[in-house]
Amino acid sequence: MSTVTGVSVADTPGPDDRGPQGDRASTGRAGDRVFSGLATGSGALVIALVTLVGVFLLWQAIPAIADDKDNFFLSRAWDVNDTSNLRFGIVELLWTTVVASTIAMLIAVPVGVCVALFITQYSPRWLARPAASLVDLLAAVPSIIYGFWGIKTFGPKYQPFQDFLLDKLGWFPLFSKTSVSGTGTILFIGIVLAIMILPIVTALSREVFAQTPVAHKEGALALGATKWEMIRTAVLPFGRPGVISAAMLALGRALGETIAVTIIVSALAPGTKWSWSLLNGGETFASRIANNAQEFDSPAKTGAFIAAGLVLFVLTFVVNAIARIVIERRKAFTE
Amino acid sequence: MAKRIDVSDLNVYYGSFKAVEGVTMTVEPRSVTAFIGPSGCGKSTFLRTLNRMHEVIPGGRVEGKVMLDDQDLYGSGVDPVAVRRTVGMVFQRPNPFPTMSIYDNVAAGLKLNGIKGKKKLDEVVEKSLHGANLWNEVKDRLNKPGAGLSGGQQQRLCIARAIAVEPQVLLMDEPCSALDPISTLAIEDLISELKSKYTIVIVTHNMQQAARVSDQTAFFNLAATGKPGKLIEIADTQKIFSNPSVKATEDYISGRFG
Repeated sequence: MSTVTGVSVADTPGPDDRGPQGDRASTGRAGDRVFSGLATGSGALVIALVTLVGVFLLWQAIPAIADDKDNFFLSRAWDVNDTSNLRFGIVELLWTTVVASTIAMLIAVPVGVCVALFITQYSPRWLARPAASLVDLLAAVPSIIYGFWGIKTFGPKYQPFQDFLLDKLGWFPLFSKTSVSGTGTILFIGIVLAIMILPIVTALSREVFAQTPVAHKEGALALGATKWEMIRTAVLPFGRPGVISAAMLALGRALGETIAVTIIVSALAPGTKWSWSLLNGGETFASRIANNAQEFDSPAKTGAFIAAGLVLFVLTFVVNAIARIVIERRKAFTE
Repeated sequence: MAKRIDVSDLNVYYGSFKAVEGVTMTVEPRSVTAFIGPSGCGKSTFLRTLNRMHEVIPGGRVEGKVMLDDQDLYGSGVDPVAVRRTVGMVFQRPNPFPTMSIYDNVAAGLKLNGIKGKKKLDEVVEKSLHGANLWNEVKDRLNKPGAGLSGGQQQRLCIARAIAVEPQVLLMDEPCSALDPISTLAIEDLISELKSKYTIVIVTHNMQQAARVSDQTAFFNLAATGKPGKLIEIADTQKIFSNPSVKATEDYISGRFG
């Protein structure tokens, strides 16, 4: 579900975009025909796949939503065992998913950008390469490992911080006391997700920052910019679209992350009082579906979970669209 | 506000490689000095020592002295950032900031200097664009991207950006080499106007250009690839092009080598 991209190569025309185009450049020779067939076929395949996934989700979800006795968007219930009396809604899943991902983004994007700036602009050469590889390696760690590490190693270290928040800021609704006392909280999930998506943000940002033309950097320096001012005038504006698409890719992963979330977060008992607190437990779309995977025994029941999956699918689409709009709006200034 | 440049016995290094050796010259205020010479002779490298831009390249360093009036550019405690604010530079390829509007490009240096206030900025932007002979062409589209201008306009935009911070000296590294003849002429006219206010040093591969715009000309050469470049001769432009005192200079300007 994390097929979210902000910009792609197709958005950034090469130095000469009046080059050979379409069939006028084709010579009609065998190699040309084979390659154009392969390329067109691959493109069509991707479009077909996305469409089929969407159609599947809609087809399976719509009957369940129609049978839903509660309001699908506003209900906090999730009672699907009695297939003649389905009661389910996504509001809690949506809240947990969005809030945990937002926390992850708020931490990972600034830190990732700073790490990328360090690697490309500040670190000595002998350090830049190993540091970059190390970050890439972090991206390759399977999410189950992050889950284990989060619950076994990081959780106990984080617990005092959470207790401190409860103690000092407990009066603030976002940090108020809830039925969850361990580390299975939305805040902790957000932090673990931040660590998981940090390498994605860093690796992609590093690529774009490293491509900042020397001419732009020298232009800023020659005006009497300090290093930081040079980065602000030349490197960051140049890297902006790349950073946005990096963030969107990372957000896609955070929204859809399943296994780490599933083993860390404390699911709430049905009927638990609603709380705005970040120190509450809860379930994301993905963890709710994964937790109940063994229960997909009737189409009606499965349909409820697929409906939840459909919302996640749409959510990533919306996020992607917003990112594209942001990038498009400044396009005239980036070519 | 234009200042005199006094260079004495300057060696320029990249790491352990000596790129330029033993340059001594004086550049008078409110004059244009042209550097000519074959590729790789170190004229651009030397130019970049005049505002400490060569230090941007890892391993770049100098030995010797560069005085701007009575300030030693390489004295201890001199901030290279401050040097670059007094010695402006225009590059070979026009390099307006692509994400900025025409207005913001010109205002960039001022903002770096902490100058705020729309009225002051408007005033300086207009003055600088007038100074770069660009105002009439862009006054109706100041908020459009600078990268949308033609190459010659972009280069004049870069000159406007450089003079907006009122430098003492303006360095130009082959400013016309990427431009067509008409844009080149526009820049050359501009150089002649700017010299009433600034000390200008220009590197050029175009000998006619050196003859047209400069008051004095310096010829650089190198003995062989891998050897350091040297200043062969510096004199009034008229003298260099009519009666140079070194044979190598005459060979170069008459096209017999290089």
